[in-house]
Amino acid sequence: MHLVRAHVLVCGGTNCTSSGSQQVREAFKRELEKNKLEQEVKLVETDCHEFCETGPLVIVYPEGTFYVRVTPEDVPEIVSEHLINGRVVKRLLYKAPVDETRIPTYKQLDFYKKQCRVALRNCGSIDPEKIQEYIARGGYESLEKAIFEMTPEQVIEEVKRSGLRGRGGGGFPTGLKWEFCRRSPGDLKYLICNADEGDPGAFMDRSVLEGDPHSLIEGMAIAAYAIGCREGYIYCRAEYPLAIKRLKIAIAQAEELGLLGENILGTDFTFNLHIKEGAGAFVCGEETALMASIEGKRGMPRVRPPFPAQRGLFNKPSNINNVETYANVPVIIARGADWFAAMGTEKSKGTKVFALTGKVNNTGLVEVPMGITLREIIFEIGGGIVGGKKYKGVQIGGPSGGCIPAELMDTPVDYESLIQAGAMMGSGGLVVMDETTCMVDLARFFLNFTQAESCGKCTPCREGTKRMLEILTRICNGEGVPEDIETLERLGRVIKSTALCGLGNTAPNPVLSTLRYFRHEYEAHIFDKRCPAHVCTALLVFSIDEEKCIGCGRCLRACPVGAISGAKKEPHKIDPEKCIKCGTCFEKCNQGAVLRL
Amino acid sequence: MPVETGCGTMKLKSREELIKYREEAKKQMLERSMEKTSIFVGMGTCGIAAGAREVMAAILEEVNKRNLQVNVIQTGCIGMCEQEPLVDVQRPGEDRITYRKVRPSDVPRIIVGHVMHGKIVEDLAIARFEEI
Repeated sequence: MHLVRAHVLVCGGTNCTSSGSQQVREAFKRELEKNKLEQEVKLVETDCHEFCETGPLVIVYPEGTFYVRVTPEDVPEIVSEHLINGRVVKRLLYKAPVDETRIPTYKQLDFYKKQCRVALRNCGSIDPEKIQEYIARGGYESLEKAIFEMTPEQVIEEVKRSGLRGRGGGGFPTGLKWEFCRRSPGDLKYLICNADEGDPGAFMDRSVLEGDPHSLIEGMAIAAYAIGCREGYIYCRAEYPLAIKRLKIAIAQAEELGLLGENILGTDFTFNLHIKEGAGAFVCGEETALMASIEGKRGMPRVRPPFPAQRGLFNKPSNINNVETYANVPVIIARGADWFAAMGTEKSKGTKVFALTGKVNNTGLVEVPMGITLREIIFEIGGGIVGGKKYKGVQIGGPSGGCIPAELMDTPVDYESLIQAGAMMGSGGLVVMDETTCMVDLARFFLNFTQAESCGKCTPCREGTKRMLEILTRICNGEGVPEDIETLERLGRVIKSTALCGLGNTAPNPVLSTLRYFRHEYEAHIFDKRCPAHVCTALLVFSIDEEKCIGCGRCLRACPVGAISGAKKEPHKIDPEKCIKCGTCFEKCNQGAVLRL
Repeated sequence: MPVETGCGTMKLKSREELIKYREEAKKQMLERSMEKTSIFVGMGTCGIAAGAREVMAAILEEVNKRNLQVNVIQTGCIGMCEQEPLVDVQRPGEDRITYRKVRPSDVPRIIVGHVMHGKIVEDLAIARFEEI
């Protein structure tokens, strides 16, 4: 008698037979013979295992591997993988219905694989309205450590060593900023948090405010201790009602526990935190305009210097950072500067939160280490472009940022590389665009925004952006003239270098960067009177190909303005006078007879 | 307007008191997760815009109707705004499972299947936390 090294049991009960176990058994027989295994492996037909809904069942001994819903097509794989190579065919394994392991962990999801959550460490995990939950997860431990174990200078040194830079967009080293303010003479100093977040498509700060307000409060308290501030303001837009509500609750809780207010934790450190609601003007995200707004004045920027660290809010030395910057601070104090500096690139340390929006599959909020490429963010985390369309570029940094084309998608995301590519980190909005986006139209959209938000104080921004917008509108309407491109570039350069504040300095960026990478689209609009992405309606012409039209009437019935005429089974016509260029006929036609130029 | 804080304690006047408070909070959180099943609803602006309030109402209704002893907790945005409303279920000693795109009509399945009988509603499950 020869020795059998394995048994393959195929279920032969009626139910399994009806679900195809007979064919599976025959497939095994064939496959074993083919591989000359019929001597080594014994095929056995068994009774019903009373597990019929998952049949046909196959059990392989000696391991006792339990395969379910096996089809004859699966058999060659089981034979070659399991019986020859000794590797279990995992996809056919039986999993108990309550077995959690078949649900992927967060780290296994593409969306989270490359993420690294520092600023967002608690968002989505804790109840933002309960300080106990924050404290139970190690909250206010860093404040405690700073007050009781470190001098203010040591705190600043730690932040400096960590390499943390302003997450609001400018990227100024945070520790250095704190040091300037600390060294600035004066007893009363203010600490300000910029939570204005006015960029269209950005919602990073809102998420922290709503999901983990105490990380901001703790970060601010540590900064106040380091700089020597008694009073602090969080400037948050009134359009964020939920964020403001949760902030108010969080501040009240911290005050009640003595983590804010007079004599924090029994020491002589005092820090009072206030909320100032902004009315949603984009310019109030600019630091000097923001401070004017807190003072109760109209939100307009002023000339710098003096910088806020010298003369800021109410003419006192002030330090201003944004939400994400402060939210990073407790982690730096808790885990140390070296831990933080180990993430990121040489000059851009740590992580950055991005709001991923636009034509990308997985929209949402992501926090990634600096230096990751745009390709990784958009294609690995974001899951690529919606509907499998072609990726065209990404607008990074909102209306102040620029557009980076598909060719540069391996650009590492750090402060310097982005500026070199003509964009900027900005606060972290990432708007992904596909082939259906017209770059001229996109530039016009952002300029329309900055133009409307220009406060009007300085001429370059007030007049310059207006003129640029007029030119862009003209180009989109098919009335562009050859000089327009040059005029746009000249205006853009002048506004960039002469405007009073960051709003004006960066307003031309979307135009300049699209001119740099997509000049051919501008030229197509101006010279060929054509919009390559078929977006600018003034440049679109719809017509019907008489050869292809079968006169089915689909377009005629769908046209909302009755611009299409024609008898049944006769070629139809579009009346260009009536046509509003909505594109409905183009979508409805299944003969490809509607032409779009 | 005074805000309800619910901190349940007086001012902490020293480092030791904060440490004690933290230990107590940790203990309470642990007890909470060991004794009762917790249901988390993502209630950031993205979640609410996608219908988290209606889902929360449906959960509370179902919990009350069946007189279940569970913790219903709101959280902020975890980042997967595309998949909102997100609901997590964590039974004592088991992993925390996240459900995506939950509609009020899905709530009974989650409550009866997972919360009461430990059967994960697979078609809605998207991920699980490794540890909490």
